[in-house]
Amino acid sequence: MPPSAASLAIERHDEALVLRLAGRWRLAEHPPGAGAVVAALADGPPVPRVTFDTTGITGWDTALAVFLWGVQKATAERGIALDADGLPDGARRLLDLAGAVPAAQDAGKKEARRTGLVTRVGEATLRIWQTLLGALAFLGETALAFVAFLGGRARYRKTDLWLVLQDVGPRALPIVTLISFLVGVILAFVGAIQLSRFGAQIFIADLVGLAMVREMGPMMAAIIMSGRTGAAFAARISTMQVNQEVDALKTLGISPIEFLVLPRILALVIMMPLLTLYADLVGIAGGMAVSISLFGLTFTQYWNETLVALSLQQFAIGLVKAVVFGALIALAGCYQGIKTSGSASAVGTAATSAVVVAIVAIVVADGLFAVALNALGI
Amino acid sequence: MPSASDDSERCPGCWLASTAASDDDQLSVHGLKMAYGDFVVMRDLEFAIKRGDIFIIMGGSGCGKSTLMRHMIGLKRPAQGRVLIDGQSLWEAQRAEREDLLRRVGVMYQGGALWSSLTLAENIALPLEQFTDLSSATIREVAAYKLALVGLAGFEDYYPAEISGGMQKRAGVARAMALDPEILFFDEPSAGLDPVSARRLDDLILELRDSLGTTMVVITHELASLLRIGTNAVFLDVETRTQIAQGPPQALLEQCRHPRVQAFLTRGAAGETAD
Repeated sequence: MPPSAASLAIERHDEALVLRLAGRWRLAEHPPGAGAVVAALADGPPVPRVTFDTTGITGWDTALAVFLWGVQKATAERGIALDADGLPDGARRLLDLAGAVPAAQDAGKKEARRTGLVTRVGEATLRIWQTLLGALAFLGETALAFVAFLGGRARYRKTDLWLVLQDVGPRALPIVTLISFLVGVILAFVGAIQLSRFGAQIFIADLVGLAMVREMGPMMAAIIMSGRTGAAFAARISTMQVNQEVDALKTLGISPIEFLVLPRILALVIMMPLLTLYADLVGIAGGMAVSISLFGLTFTQYWNETLVALSLQQFAIGLVKAVVFGALIALAGCYQGIKTSGSASAVGTAATSAVVVAIVAIVVADGLFAVALNALGI
Repeated sequence: MPSASDDSERCPGCWLASTAASDDDQLSVHGLKMAYGDFVVMRDLEFAIKRGDIFIIMGGSGCGKSTLMRHMIGLKRPAQGRVLIDGQSLWEAQRAEREDLLRRVGVMYQGGALWSSLTLAENIALPLEQFTDLSSATIREVAAYKLALVGLAGFEDYYPAEISGGMQKRAGVARAMALDPEILFFDEPSAGLDPVSARRLDDLILELRDSLGTTMVVITHELASLLRIGTNAVFLDVETRTQIAQGPPQALLEQCRHPRVQAFLTRGAAGETAD
């Protein structure tokens, strides 16, 4: 062993256990731990005290302090006196400092982690129940906020509503344009492969028009908005929650539901139908572009066929869906934001949950629409 | 050195410390100008911090104390001037050298700035895992020890959100000490703490300086605290946008005749009569 490396010699005398420390007791040198000392104390006959000889130490850092701390804990457990006189001055002070505050009794926390299966199932069930109650309470408060809004009593800033409107409307146009156009193109290609085998390319217009207006327009707009806006709502409100901004609103007597959630739901409910209408038209343009350039249709043919295929009722179905989807996205985003508590990591969780919940809700709602419209025969 | 025009603003009696470089300097600032775009926060800053000093950066609210700290811990590039750590220029160094220099520095941020997704032990373990080759058992032990040093033994598995603000600050100190830094920065250590906890944190700073020999840089406007622990200080003045006094806080209180320094150090009592 090189002379500079940290070394530990344990000498057992009748009156004391002497620990001879030498060399460089630095973390980088990987000095011995307190384990050997603990073993020496546990084995052999009991000694009344532990003393140190550190004259051979040429340098030290936290490594020595951690070692001494370990020895101190071991001697304290066994009621053995620790004679710190032989230690370097600084190390002795550090030892006093580390032992100044006794370890916290966090037994409650550890106990909670070691529980049986039944307890865990029970706790999970209770948690689900609480979550359900929380969601229902949120829906109820939102409904009350709407009543207040309709009665002109809701407290919120009009400028906030305008800002959110701008954010969820015009600023979303580029991404909606891109996605909808491509969806139109894809639908046209899928239809064309089948239809052109029968020389029925003209029906591409029907396919693209109906699919965009009834299904894909509202659906794609909703999915874009849940990723873009739902997540943003959740992140924004949960950050406010973490920074106690929401608490500040509450203590002023302003309902965070009215102040934060209401404008966001309103904005999405207003903007989603408009975005959907826009997505419909861009999608139809996408289908038209493919049909004209690759499948030999003319603009007039495509235009007329689309007009024949679509009725106002079809548009209405899509727009009603859009309103419902908009409300679902805003509710999911705001709910996840409002129920956040804790820290920065909770903000990420809220944003993720907002998107997942919104997309699931959208697809489920779309399924219900399909069943209901089928039953109604439209 | 500061330009001559500023000398009239200064109290000659309170220019108590020499600004000349010496081998004892652990950290020094030369002709530092701090700015956000065109807005100059402070200019002509010139001071040196000696090994084992508890150096106070003081001044009224909004005078740029925290900005000065950001320049000294590598978060903000000076508009002009140099920051030397152990004689090496922080901002003229290559990226790798700068990171090496910064590893000699530990920082306790105002709110603790603990990583919220990690437990207290993990917060301290992270720098050790990244920059040392210690085994995970040793790291765990070192983390537990550092927490014990700041009086948080037994809280290893708690998340920052589960403990009080004062405890978060102390955990922040423990994390700052993870790599055994030579210089420790404290941003407003007593802000938001009750007087007893604040004094205990002061004691901790003194105790750590005495036992480890760590140089401490403390940003504070807590009078009781800075007069008690400070061995040297610089006073930043928001009106002239530069430092107007330098020296041990107690000596500044007794000897400095500058009205704004006196007002600060006497809680405005002297300022009312002087102005």
